[in-house]
Amino acid sequence: MTDFLNAIVLFSNFVLVPGLAYGSQLALGALGVTLVFGILRFANFAHGDTMAFGTMITILITWWFQSMGINFGVLPTALLALPFGVVLTALFVVGTDRVVYRYYRERKTEPIIIVMVSVGVMFVMNGLVRFIIGPNDQRFADGQRFLIKAREFKEMTGLDEGLAIRSSQALTVVVAVVLVAALFWYLQKTKTGKAMRAFSDNEDLALLSGIDPDKIVRVTWIIAAALATIAGVLYGLDKSFKPFTYFQLLLPMFAAAIVGGIGQPVGAIVGGFVVAFSEVTITYAYKKFLIYLLPNEWAPSGLMQLLSTDYKFAVSFIILVVVLLVRPTGILKGRLF
Amino acid sequence: MKKLLLATTILAGLSASAFAGEDEIKMGIILGFTGPIESLTPGMGDSAELAFKEASDSGILLGGKKIVAIRADSTCIDAAAATAAAERLVTADGVVAIMGADCSGVTTAIVNNVGVPNGVVMISPSATSPALSTIEDKGNFFRTAPSDARQGVVLADIVLGRGIKEVAITYTNNDYGKGLSEAFSNAFKAKGGTITITAAHEDGKADYSAEVGALSASGAKELVVFGYLDQGGKGIVQSSIDSGAFSRFIFADGMIGQAIVDAIGDDLIGSFGTAPGGDNDGAAKFLEIAKGKVASDGKGPFDGNSYDAGALIALAMQAAGSMDRAAIQAKVMEVANAPGEKINPGELAKGLKILAEGGDIDYVGATDVEFNDVGEVFGAYKELEVVKGKFDTIKIH
Repeated sequence: MTDFLNAIVLFSNFVLVPGLAYGSQLALGALGVTLVFGILRFANFAHGDTMAFGTMITILITWWFQSMGINFGVLPTALLALPFGVVLTALFVVGTDRVVYRYYRERKTEPIIIVMVSVGVMFVMNGLVRFIIGPNDQRFADGQRFLIKAREFKEMTGLDEGLAIRSSQALTVVVAVVLVAALFWYLQKTKTGKAMRAFSDNEDLALLSGIDPDKIVRVTWIIAAALATIAGVLYGLDKSFKPFTYFQLLLPMFAAAIVGGIGQPVGAIVGGFVVAFSEVTITYAYKKFLIYLLPNEWAPSGLMQLLSTDYKFAVSFIILVVVLLVRPTGILKGRLF
Repeated sequence: MKKLLLATTILAGLSASAFAGEDEIKMGIILGFTGPIESLTPGMGDSAELAFKEASDSGILLGGKKIVAIRADSTCIDAAAATAAAERLVTADGVVAIMGADCSGVTTAIVNNVGVPNGVVMISPSATSPALSTIEDKGNFFRTAPSDARQGVVLADIVLGRGIKEVAITYTNNDYGKGLSEAFSNAFKAKGGTITITAAHEDGKADYSAEVGALSASGAKELVVFGYLDQGGKGIVQSSIDSGAFSRFIFADGMIGQAIVDAIGDDLIGSFGTAPGGDNDGAAKFLEIAKGKVASDGKGPFDGNSYDAGALIALAMQAAGSMDRAAIQAKVMEVANAPGEKINPGELAKGLKILAEGGDIDYVGATDVEFNDVGEVFGAYKELEVVKGKFDTIKIH
């Protein structure tokens, strides 16, 4: 029995807990991608850098708060700075829409051209972030680091394996749940939310029934910016902030959005967890786990690792390719990409 | 404008040849004055020139000749640019020997393309790749920095000496990490240790939990980290401690530094590792003479090695009694190794005098120079362990 518990704890520590946190971060990011795709009808390549931009603003405000001695007790100060980060990022993104995307939207430009435009926006934001905060790692996490420490868990339970839960991981999951619930309520129950869904289903019909397209576009960008900033800050708190890694997140986020069914908010969440858990479970070495579960004579001598951790990013690619080949609309029927 | 340019060029050419009088010896210094290690090279260049100046000022170098150092840029990473720069030193400037190069890659290129074809002695103060031990150098290449292969062996002995028989290894995915990892693995296995897993990590990622998961699943209790303390190495250590995967780490030189102790804190106590460096009198003497005269006051990681490289060239020339390239090459080993009178930094005049009188010297220098049969130093390593808030030197190997 102890062996069984040890195996469960081991699996939770290295697969379940990190996977849940990473999945929540990806889900929030993919939600933003899918919303923009569903309503504005293009794949926004600048989303990863919107995350970096929002996180950068939040970090700068966090540092300012910290220098004034303001903190949030056991919670990270960044949470206090987050609302300001969201507002400023939303302003910036809505401004980008005014200056860049509106021009193409009014001309009813082909979506693929707008995608290329978003690549341009991505490079500009990319440079802006590096110019302001630099390309290096930035630490801004404070407050209590752990909910449960591995060592304490071992002493508490008497098991051989420890379970560590960082406060940032717990925070990520809680915030993601709250945010997703709020977003769905907004999309289902409010007038603007319903209008957004109508606009997404059939643009012409929505315009005929008197929906203000400018407002829909604005609200979509604000929500996307808020999701990106929050996802970015949670990722930064949990791991670390470096502009380049945010750019790299683009791939798993798109994979998540497409796997789940692009344009489908529920799909983005499902996709986020599918991608995160595939990455973690495929690159985990199961040797120790199996030693606990199997009788001694069956104990594996190899590492029982399907894929080396070097290939973590390849997993997103593989999922993307397989889904596009087998079920191009994604798990929940989304649009064709 | 064109005429002015032409005139200046001619003038410069004239003056250069005018300066190269009978009493001058041209010496090349090729280091990466631009590129990834540009913060280290000014100190290294100054250190070598300090040795040249000391030899010149003695007034007895080849009967009172002066050394003129000519600097060139190896860029540290661009083999083509480094080769061109070295070619210029050897053919246009006609240097008698070269102090350099610095990084292992460009050094290999220069040895193959310039050093060996022209028969020029090269003494590198900082190229540490194990591959340079077996290069076809026809006896032209020496280095005053030890090969990383040596560090792997020393570290393996230390680990086994502490009764640790089973380790997991992670290395940063480049020549440095890979070379060290191979050297360590071979030595460790040959002496009866077991390596449960060897896995590379990429620098500059945000999250290393997957790597740590795989490493810990192998069942080893101690993790050997061949990485950088401000890069992936730190991420691996932090993530291991967070998840309780490992609590004791074994480091090589790239991971040794106050920054990692500050970043991780008390959880690092008991971890240990190696870094190059001895504890001889020479090191202290070099710091004394370098103070105020070298860009980094002689405290840079390869300043002592650079001084030694410069000093060895001057001494070998004196022993040869001529500026002939081949004659210098034949004497490098002799002045560096025992037997003979021991020569410390600041005592070059004494060494030159003994050589002029036909005696034998054993240059010790700042880094305790003693060459093996392929012309590289054995090297001393410090064994360090983390105690409360810092690394403590346990002993010298």
